[in-house]
Amino acid sequence: MEQNITFRPKMDDELQAIDNKVLSMAELVETQILNAVKAIKEKDMKLARDIIDGDEEIDDLEDKINNDCFKFLATQAPLASDLRYAISIMKMIRDIERIGDHCVDIAKFAIRLNDKEYYKELIDLPRMAGMSTQMVSDAIRSFVDKDLRLARRVWKKDDEIDELYKFVLEEQLGVAGSEPEKAECAVQFAFVAEHLERIADYATNICEETVFMLEGKDLTKI
Amino acid sequence: MENKFTVRGLNLYYGDFQALKNINIDIPEHKVTALIGPSGCGKSTFLRTLDRMQDTVEGARVEGQILFDGEDIYRRDCDVIKLRKKVGMVFQSPNPFPKSIYENIVYGPRVHGITEKKKLDEIVERTLKEVALWDETKDRLNDSALGMSGGQQQRLCIARCLAVEPEVILMDEPTSALDPVATAKIEGLMHELSKKYTIVIVTHNMQQAGRISDQTAFFLLGELLEVNPTDKIFSDPDNIKTEEYISGRFG
Repeated sequence: MEQNITFRPKMDDELQAIDNKVLSMAELVETQILNAVKAIKEKDMKLARDIIDGDEEIDDLEDKINNDCFKFLATQAPLASDLRYAISIMKMIRDIERIGDHCVDIAKFAIRLNDKEYYKELIDLPRMAGMSTQMVSDAIRSFVDKDLRLARRVWKKDDEIDELYKFVLEEQLGVAGSEPEKAECAVQFAFVAEHLERIADYATNICEETVFMLEGKDLTKI
Repeated sequence: MENKFTVRGLNLYYGDFQALKNINIDIPEHKVTALIGPSGCGKSTFLRTLDRMQDTVEGARVEGQILFDGEDIYRRDCDVIKLRKKVGMVFQSPNPFPKSIYENIVYGPRVHGITEKKKLDEIVERTLKEVALWDETKDRLNDSALGMSGGQQQRLCIARCLAVEPEVILMDEPTSALDPVATAKIEGLMHELSKKYTIVIVTHNMQQAGRISDQTAFFLLGELLEVNPTDKIFSDPDNIKTEEYISGRFG
């Protein structure tokens, strides 16, 4: 067999290795989001502590990917879309790492709420968690698969989360104002909803990075 | 990781002029080592000590030790012909012989005693495939090598080098006479070849050193100022002179 010589095998190998690490980091945070809300819903303290401990692995991956990008920039001197790729990855993993931090915060709420009696079954928070997780997953998929349409679709989906967040916030603040015995619980639920809304915002940032990488344009100004 | 070459206390003189000063470096097996530095720094001179081509320069004198697979290549009874069979060289400008493509490749094996046509045919096919030239040349093996493009000629020269089954390939600015596309093909080829061969390359193109090598050695005024993994050299070099050179502050 004749060797199939590609023009830039080392560069492509390095890009592939970075992509794989980003996907691993993304999988970890997606699981963290779902587990964080599950820990609240099911009052699962072990799960909450696992989430807090698991954040270190996400932070380590961020450091590794940053380091890989730094070396990639230094040795491969990338240009055009390759340059935008490396810069986008460095911004994107900071967003993913922050999503991980929000999961830790939610897990801490789970611990605080452990001895409180919930005044209602949690439905909207798991729904928000599901939507946020899907947005994060799709946003990262749009980046790795270089899928512009998916990036734009996910970016628009943020409006739905914002609507749901507004609804949850009004509901919880209404309860807190009218029924003092439920106030503490309601306020904590509102905070959890805020964290989930922020996670969705980070997903939209990732979509913006995808568009910047592919088209060199700022999605917010198109 | 095994070292193919171990160089200790190497000094090289041209008459009274000292061109290399106390060079110490290990060249790891199956890796690409890049030698960088401004013109006249001694990098090409050093490259040529590794297959004893400096012996051909009148007045050149070498001190110190270069171990190749643990054997000192400057010992009195070293068989230089055998050494150069194991350590091939590719030069700056493509330099095919004014012969056919086929004859260029079989020249070395014939010198080393292979005469059987079937065996020579196999060598031609294997080496041209290794350098991704087979599909382009298989129907015109008897055409003159001088009719090929510069990039093809350089890949032919690499194939010619591979024909005698070397363990190391020394490359002295192998792409400086080529256009960017031919350069990219040679760089891709080097990456593939490093899985099987040890490569030492002199390059003036810093970005090329960054793209293709595993370790980089920086020479200045005959001294080896720094040798480190390439990503370290290009992101956080130990020596301030290395930093100044790679960032274009002198050279």
